[in-house]
Amino acid sequence: MLSRTADHLFWMARYTERAENTARMLDVNIQTQLLPQSVEAAEQSWRALLGISELLPAFDAKHGILSRQDVLDFMVCDPTNPSSIASCLTSARENARAVRGTLTTEVWETQNTTWLEMATLLKEGVLERDPSEFFEWVKHRSHLSRGVTIGTMLKDEAFYFIRLGTFLERADNTARLLDVKFHGTDGERLSANDTDFYHWAAVLRSVSAFETYRKTYRDVITPERIAELLVLRGEMPRSLMACMTEVVNNLARVRNDVSRETERFAGRLHAGLQFNSIDDIMRRGLHDYLTEFLEQVYELGNRVSRDFLVPLVA
Amino acid sequence: MGGFFNEMFDEGGAKTRPHYRGFDRWLSDQPADIVARKRVEADLMFRRVGITFAVYGSEAGTERLIPFDIIPRIIPADEWATLQQGLRQRVQSLNLFVHDIYHEQNIVRAGVMPAEQVFRNAQYRPEMQGITVPSDIYAHIAGIDIVRAGAGEFYVLEDNLRVPSGVSYMLEDRKMMMRLFPELFARHKIAPVAHYPDLLLDMLRSIAPLGVDDPTVVLMTPGMYNSAYFEHAFLAQQMGIELVEGQDLFVDDGYVFMRTTRGPQRVDVIYRRIDDDFLDPLVFRADSSLGVPGLLSVYRAGRVALANAIGTGVADDKSIYPFVPDMIRFYLSEEPILNNVPTWQCRKKEDLQYTLDHLPQLVVKEVHGAGGYGMLVGPASTQAEIEDFRRRLIAKPDGYIAQPTLALSVCPTYVESGIAPRHIDLRPFVLSGKTVTMVPGGLTRVALKEGSLVVNSSQGGGTKDTWVLEG
Repeated sequence: MLSRTADHLFWMARYTERAENTARMLDVNIQTQLLPQSVEAAEQSWRALLGISELLPAFDAKHGILSRQDVLDFMVCDPTNPSSIASCLTSARENARAVRGTLTTEVWETQNTTWLEMATLLKEGVLERDPSEFFEWVKHRSHLSRGVTIGTMLKDEAFYFIRLGTFLERADNTARLLDVKFHGTDGERLSANDTDFYHWAAVLRSVSAFETYRKTYRDVITPERIAELLVLRGEMPRSLMACMTEVVNNLARVRNDVSRETERFAGRLHAGLQFNSIDDIMRRGLHDYLTEFLEQVYELGNRVSRDFLVPLVA
Repeated sequence: MGGFFNEMFDEGGAKTRPHYRGFDRWLSDQPADIVARKRVEADLMFRRVGITFAVYGSEAGTERLIPFDIIPRIIPADEWATLQQGLRQRVQSLNLFVHDIYHEQNIVRAGVMPAEQVFRNAQYRPEMQGITVPSDIYAHIAGIDIVRAGAGEFYVLEDNLRVPSGVSYMLEDRKMMMRLFPELFARHKIAPVAHYPDLLLDMLRSIAPLGVDDPTVVLMTPGMYNSAYFEHAFLAQQMGIELVEGQDLFVDDGYVFMRTTRGPQRVDVIYRRIDDDFLDPLVFRADSSLGVPGLLSVYRAGRVALANAIGTGVADDKSIYPFVPDMIRFYLSEEPILNNVPTWQCRKKEDLQYTLDHLPQLVVKEVHGAGGYGMLVGPASTQAEIEDFRRRLIAKPDGYIAQPTLALSVCPTYVESGIAPRHIDLRPFVLSGKTVTMVPGGLTRVALKEGSLVVNSSQGGGTKDTWVLEG
């Protein structure tokens, strides 16, 4: 397969996944805003959300005072923000368009329809009327995109590069989400009082893990267990462990003459998750751990680009 | 619209022509609301599938649908048989001409064609002189624009021998008609066209360099912002070949390779949808980032095949066009089957004078123009437009030719006010490899504006499904 084709497929998947995770994060923030809290705390949680995506400077450069609507506009519609949902879905569609011949008709039409519908929804003012409805829609389109991919694409290289993009991006996004939710609320304190219950429940819901948590632990919600669930539990589809397992498997399927080193790199990251306990991680500090994980995921992305795709820097 | 040949009705407009009777009966049985719904459905489907084209000069990245009209253009079997014969004859001669020009130049020696017409032509590529190409074929894919005028006789308006486009619309229009109105296809014996990609791939494989048994064929596109990108992607997918850009290819050790996820892979045949000028920055335009440095040297060594060959533009130039009937006589010793439109070559003094004297009645075209840009349609232009054009013509007479304004035939077409006659043309696609093949029919384009003679999609034209009825 052409390196450029693989590159477009990889990024199509990453942007789709990124849009979904941004929608999840925004939605959970809107939900937690419904809880009683101080104005400062509310603002703090929006700032943390921008910080998670490394977008605070870009936001501050455009907007003076932080308001919910401004953050939503910036993170959803702003075409100058490459991480906004609109930018991500547009990029996903542009990448799909560049390789539409490699995609099944269904996959292409899903990407194209998402892009067309997004424009209509935003024009109709869904963001002012009911942002959660829009985020729900983004999630559904992302589910559909993955489902259509799995249901119609031949299981060949094209498919593996799409999956690689999906899980590398999800690993990154889950790690960021965890980091901001723990760091932002003084995760080291690890309290489990009433107000915090809603905070942690929202975190779980943002990764569709509330019911999973109950089923897995059959016990009260503690931050420590949440961290374990989202970092180390392979059964949990959005956990770092689940993502890295997929990354390692898909990397092995596209193996070429120069990719051994990259496979080893991914394997080490995966093994780290396998052989660590949540106690070890907490002792070291979750923030520290996640920061290092994010750096390594970033490095892994570069290596994949270098070995198979179009290198980020020529 | 009196005075024009109507494809569907006879001169009085009262009687339906025999080959349209079945369709006409069917159409009059259709409730108006059903037809309206089907038309909306077609529009939605084209948009969802993304069959769009980019428009140059307007806002970047804009994509527009080419309007699709549900009333087909129908050609009876006997008329198509004549057209097919004529097309074959014409394309064969054009290929013989290009080969001759880049080898012995017999046609110039014989005095049939003035030397300066060929060698001072911007489309003449000295780099091709003496180069042997597989089967001596240059224009592997030709799109010949045909119109019907006067009492119904066919004329060739233009030979497109460089990178003719539109075949994807021919295929998609048919698919759409079959989806919308399957009953029509049960009632008529309509010649199929869907095997075009197979014929194309077959031809491309047949021109592989000597000794390559299982050639790797690729389609080369300038990229997704090209107006015909949809077609490039579509054809590559239909043929199951890679869609490559210049950046995906490189030359090493005398061969062309593409960059793949498993390392370099050799490429044997390139169906390129990119102009000569951009193919190889080492030889042609140095500022081209679309091409492949060193491609021409591999091509000249016969280690990669290009379709179409480099330098075919010398034969489809509008200044060469008037000589095509003589070419046919010269190379094949046959009389041309298809008519040429009478043409005044403005480089000639007396022709220029005639043109200047009759601008309001003539169509004046740039010799190197395409896509309906930069032309004057006298009868449809204002006095100011004509005067403006007159100045450009006087400044550079050898850049233009003039032709009478042909009374193009019309075909009933859905417009806002209902069904009305609109002017149409026809572009059949002729494939030349070891043999000459084509699918019956081609792409019918229709000028949707009342009275307009310009059918180009970039100028607001639409398309129709084209039926060749089997006898």
